Amino acid sequence: MSTKIKEAVRALLTEGKIKGFLGLREEKGNIMPYLFCDPKELDALSLGDWKKPGDTRYPLNQLMIKLAMAYPNETFAVLIRGCDERGLKELFKWKQLDEEKIVLIGLGCPDELAKACECEKPFPDSLIDGPKGEKVDSQKVAQVEGMDLDTRLQFWKAEFNRCIKCFGCRNICPMCFCNECSIEEDQLVGTGEIPPANPTFHLARAIHMVGRCIDCGLCEEACPADIPLRTLYKKVGEIIHQEFGYKTGLSVDEKSPFNIIEVK
Amino acid sequence: MEFKTVLSFCPYCGCGCGLLLEVLDGKIVGTLPSKTSPVNQGKLCIKGWTVHEFITSPNRLTQPMVRQDDALHDSSWDEALHLAATRLKEIKEKHGPDSIGVLTSAKCTNEENYLLQKFTRAALGTNNIDHCARL
Repeated sequence: MSTKIKEAVRALLTEGKIKGFLGLREEKGNIMPYLFCDPKELDALSLGDWKKPGDTRYPLNQLMIKLAMAYPNETFAVLIRGCDERGLKELFKWKQLDEEKIVLIGLGCPDELAKACECEKPFPDSLIDGPKGEKVDSQKVAQVEGMDLDTRLQFWKAEFNRCIKCFGCRNICPMCFCNECSIEEDQLVGTGEIPPANPTFHLARAIHMVGRCIDCGLCEEACPADIPLRTLYKKVGEIIHQEFGYKTGLSVDEKSPFNIIEVK
Repeated sequence: MEFKTVLSFCPYCGCGCGLLLEVLDGKIVGTLPSKTSPVNQGKLCIKGWTVHEFITSPNRLTQPMVRQDDALHDSSWDEALHLAATRLKEIKEKHGPDSIGVLTSAKCTNEENYLLQKFTRAALGTNNIDHCARL
């Protein structure tokens, strides 16, 4: 499946339109993020499918921010799926990346992955390879919503109680770009204890995902305690859509709820 | 320009979680959990997540040091090993081998730990050897 993507990247590199392509490389059985600067290296390109489709996705947009900070005048291409594209649109909006300096190399996700993710849009607009899959409705959110309030609170408190406070959800998040983080602030959530303040710690992070979370699911994959974070943030996205008519990552022009509040 | 991730292993405990060090132009700028590591399967604890922070810490030892009059001085491996060997020998002769205890580490390899217990039992002559995971 990678042929079309390799061709597109090779052309961009050869014509000098980009300085490098941030993607994934297979090396001795491991799949790892890598900046391809030479077309000859593209033989080792991986699309992040190891044992299952998309099981080795990494926060490439987060690495892209680091790269763009080091080389603000250069143009780079980056491998993106539907969720990553939503993320880029938000990052452009929040001025974390310059739209003019990024070329999107789009990859569509197969049905199996779209279903596992319960993805809103499992393909990017800038699709180069892969399927243009169908939207999958979230059953996991509906399942939690099916509980009465008391049961639901107990459910979440039991889930949050397993937290070992590794900050992995925050660290791997391609949308967490703040220099100072609320969930490290003693005055806001209380520090120094495991599990952290329950449910304040996780709800503080959930609130900060408003207009940010693009539902890539990397947080849940990185959680050593298997807390269903994705379900929680999916619900945040749902509320934002209902209350503000805002869909995170849908367009670059539409203002995020945080900005709307600021203007008022 | 070079930006890559390098597969390494967390040095903090004995689990051996696979991690990826983000290397930008020869400098380590971040850590990610390895998704292809069978040990941690894309997850890390807070210590593993912050490995890149201590690697570049100015407080790390970069050469052997010897304490004299409560202050540490730069030394050479020859001098430091000679001093350690001499003092251990003196203590063993004066107070007996059981006056010495050795603590080994989960951060070392099995081979290094084997070597240290062999040294403790065969060279120092004591069974006083334990592991940092039990401290």
